[in-house]
Amino acid sequence: MRVNVTVNGEQRQADDVWEGESLLFVLRERLGLPGSKNACEQGECGSCTVYLDDVPVCACLVAAGQVQDREVRTVEGLADGDRLDPVQEAFVEAGAVQCGFCTPGLVVAAHDLLERVPQPSDPEIREALAGNLCRCTGYEKILDAVRLAAARR
Amino acid sequence: MDFLRPDTFAEALAVKAERPDAVPIAGGTDVMVELNFDHRRPSALLDLTRIAELREWTTVDGRLRVGSGVPYTRIIEQLGAQLPGLAMASRTVGSPQIRNRGTVGGNLGAASPAGDTHPVLLAGDAVIEVASTRGTRMIPAAEFYLGVKRNALEPDELIAAVHLNATPGPEQFAKVGTRNAMVIAVCSFAIALHPAEKRVGAAVGSAAPTPRRATAAEEFLAGELDWAAPEPLLDSVKRRFGELVAEAASPIDDVRGSAAYRKHALAVLARRTLGWAWQDHLGKEARECA
Repeated sequence: MRVNVTVNGEQRQADDVWEGESLLFVLRERLGLPGSKNACEQGECGSCTVYLDDVPVCACLVAAGQVQDREVRTVEGLADGDRLDPVQEAFVEAGAVQCGFCTPGLVVAAHDLLERVPQPSDPEIREALAGNLCRCTGYEKILDAVRLAAARR
Repeated sequence: MDFLRPDTFAEALAVKAERPDAVPIAGGTDVMVELNFDHRRPSALLDLTRIAELREWTTVDGRLRVGSGVPYTRIIEQLGAQLPGLAMASRTVGSPQIRNRGTVGGNLGAASPAGDTHPVLLAGDAVIEVASTRGTRMIPAAEFYLGVKRNALEPDELIAAVHLNATPGPEQFAKVGTRNAMVIAVCSFAIALHPAEKRVGAAVGSAAPTPRRATAAEEFLAGELDWAAPEPLLDSVKRRFGELVAEAASPIDDVRGSAAYRKHALAVLARRTLGWAWQDHLGKEARECA
């Protein structure tokens, strides 16, 4: 089937999409957007977190056909040209990135948190990132990055 | 595989009548996992996310009608005061991403014994509204769960909504898992006090082939509680209530926990949640008398 969807502000079209395919597969394999990572494919790890109509979701759990005529914003859509989003900058500065695999999902989840709660408490940060697994950093630097991004708002 | 995308519920029912093999998909938090892992290859997916009416909640005759497509996040944010038990259970579902997509309708459709909202729906006397082109049926939650991942839906039916008391008494929910987020319940328990009818609702999750009510525990407690002149509860009452709740379960040993642990934990959860719910009731009575 054909899927028409707005991705990062651009009208995109994917053809020959299998009806049982996920949004994640469409983004990575058909639209050339590999920022969202494919890991658990069951919503456990959060590496594929994207905005769907401004709400963060696991792209692996969205059926491709469900995004027809809807708006998706991926990690690639956060930066303004060459200028990183403040959340991305904070992740780099705080050393919140190690292997980097979980980072895109965490960046989107943190971005959404700060949109909703500009000055989050530590429990709010932990709760907002509870659906994102990182196996390298031990999370402390990730929390530092979110605090840093919030402080700069 | 076909991807069917009705815009209205009436259209969805017509499609389901014609294609009873079509698998309904809303948040996708169960269905997509099965597809991603090749556990299921349905002949068609029936997408319910474009149907605005399923995403609405309204008050009808003093009861809340929550559309089957209302995601957990909205239940937590918009219905926390009116449906405290359902909101508590919703907060324990998965992660923010999962709660943004997952729905009570999906919980009911999957009918997993471990589904988080089931004990709350049972304890709170929820009624499930299901529909087909043949008409609408109102199924009490206690009659909805038939077996492991089996529910009372006919092949041509879809879940329209859940009906709940809009002014419930004290409600509590508790769940055991290895951490706070992303946990499939080892076991769970919900209690609802119905002071107006001098009744108690109590139900266990993830501790039997289906979520189920603990009827003997409900009756015992209803007989022990002094609703009009509430006093702090005796430990012996809480303990006996916990024992009867554990007896209502018939859990198995599996990867998440042993049967013996589940029974033990249920007794603890029942005692604790009863304490919290009764404390709520005492507080309310005190406020009303003041």
